[in-house]
Amino acid sequence: MSAVPGAASPMLDAAAAGARLKRRRSRVLRERAIEAVLFLAALVSVFTTIGIVYILVKESVVFFQEVPLWDFLTDTQWTPLFTDAHYGIMVLLSGTLTSSAVALAIAIPLGTIIAIYLSEFAPFSVREIAKPFLELLGGVPTIVYGYFALLFVTPLLQMIYPGLPGFNLLSAGIVMGIMIIPYVSSISEDAMRAVPMNLREGSYAMGATRFQTAIKVVVPAAISGIASAYILGISRAVGETMILAVAAGQQPNLTFNPLEPAATITAFIVQVALGDLPHGSIGYQTIFAAGLTLMLFTLACNVGGHLLRKRFREVY
Amino acid sequence: MTPARDLGKIRALIARHKRWDMIFGLCGLLALMIGVLTFSALFLDMALDGLPRLGWDFITSFPSRKAGQAGILSAWVGSALVMLVTAFFAVPLGVASGVYLEEYARKNWITDIIEINITNLAGVPSIVYGLLALGLFVYQFDFGQSVLSAGLTLALLILPVVIVATREAIRSIPQAIREGSYACGATQWQTVRYHILPYSSAGILTGIIIGMARAIGETAPVITIGALTFIAFLPPAPVQSTPPFLNFEWLFAGFTVMPIQMFNWTSRPEAAFLVNAAAAGFVLVAMTLAMNGAAIWLRYRLRRNIKW
Repeated sequence: MSAVPGAASPMLDAAAAGARLKRRRSRVLRERAIEAVLFLAALVSVFTTIGIVYILVKESVVFFQEVPLWDFLTDTQWTPLFTDAHYGIMVLLSGTLTSSAVALAIAIPLGTIIAIYLSEFAPFSVREIAKPFLELLGGVPTIVYGYFALLFVTPLLQMIYPGLPGFNLLSAGIVMGIMIIPYVSSISEDAMRAVPMNLREGSYAMGATRFQTAIKVVVPAAISGIASAYILGISRAVGETMILAVAAGQQPNLTFNPLEPAATITAFIVQVALGDLPHGSIGYQTIFAAGLTLMLFTLACNVGGHLLRKRFREVY
Repeated sequence: MTPARDLGKIRALIARHKRWDMIFGLCGLLALMIGVLTFSALFLDMALDGLPRLGWDFITSFPSRKAGQAGILSAWVGSALVMLVTAFFAVPLGVASGVYLEEYARKNWITDIIEINITNLAGVPSIVYGLLALGLFVYQFDFGQSVLSAGLTLALLILPVVIVATREAIRSIPQAIREGSYACGATQWQTVRYHILPYSSAGILTGIIIGMARAIGETAPVITIGALTFIAFLPPAPVQSTPPFLNFEWLFAGFTVMPIQMFNWTSRPEAAFLVNAAAAGFVLVAMTLAMNGAAIWLRYRLRRNIKW
């Protein structure tokens, strides 16, 4: 500061005070500006959502002017790229649901058992090794899992069941399930570890074993967190793309039999995107209608999960 | 009933319960082993198929119709450029959002909306981001099927990861640090700039690495915006020897990335191309493993070193 108190004349003092005031004002202004910039950055994620909804709805509206909603929901054929075009989303949905069911039948039991084991049973050293390992498992690119499903798991399954076609929902679903295990187990485990110790101690004091405590005390107390883990697992399974595009075949097929090949919503979008569809054609709009269906499905899962969590939430 | 028989019954009950305990412990280990075995099988399978193909030629050759001459040059250069764009957008935006939500945001409905929104975005399937990018970046903004479109798409995709990591890192800084800074007359921004950001940098870096590892392996959204699968040229170099030295044409160039190259080779019927796919997959897995491993190691060190 230039003004030395006592040595300056009153006029200089006033000037110094004015300068200080100006500095403070510019400082306040700068603080405000920075806050505004940070706020705008935080808004980007909101605009992303708005953008997603806008694009999906905009293109789907054009699509549904061409194709009646009723046909979209009830037609049992999906041949949008043929001259005799049918748009029955049910066909793709059946592939998505079947493969997701297989995946969840693997991921939910195994993920839950691993979570209970790591949270309640495992010694410290096992946990220290297993947790990073699971994280690595979740970080493997899905295209690599697709390769693995097509060229390792399918031949393996064909040894057990020789009639299995080269493309099938079963092996894609199994590999998808293994891919989802880390998501389910890590969130469930976090929820179980958040259960207060005194609940467990109360249970042990009553003479319960670790297994009884885990099943009858810890799991019910952590059920809302475990439910979130399942919901996340479901939305991962429904939205998974590359494993299915590689290993499940890309033929639309209305089936709930995991031993058959079938296209899913996501695999269809990839298939169309790989081809050369002109912007604005009906084929181009189909993938947005398919995407909207996918989005609504995951949204329903999330909302349902949120309501469930609210209903069962335990507060400590 | 005599007391002795009663005791026997209780002992049997205890033994039975302990047996269940052990059985479940074994189940847990078994479940873990399934994960470990799958991962080992995946890694070994790809290494056995792909390693013989891996070599200097493979890294420095363009894809080719002849499997034996094909390489991943355009793929890894494309991946690197896309990652550059992704990091350029995702890091500042993610860190700024995280700082805003932890340090600045008031408790009101706007904040609530932003928070719920970020949680929901983390659950949106990645292919939907691809559709967003196709409609918005490729056609509405007319960026074309370019490095820029892909980089922006992946940036939006990993934004929630970076934001959540930033928030967690900031949340672990004790309130006393902030109060100390304010007591010395620092403004809020000065506190963030000189205290909050430096102390949370390692945690933020962990999140960034995990996010980038995810972006590098993402295939579906990049295919959706229309990345090419067969590219035998490189985008123009970002650096040139004549002024102005920087060249931004590469942003609008066509491109392919590692996972798409692998997908392309996997979907071909000839066995020779599957070997290429295995080799490309091996490189991809090695890269993501190295990145995730670095993040885990960083977090581990962080947990040991910091004692507030």
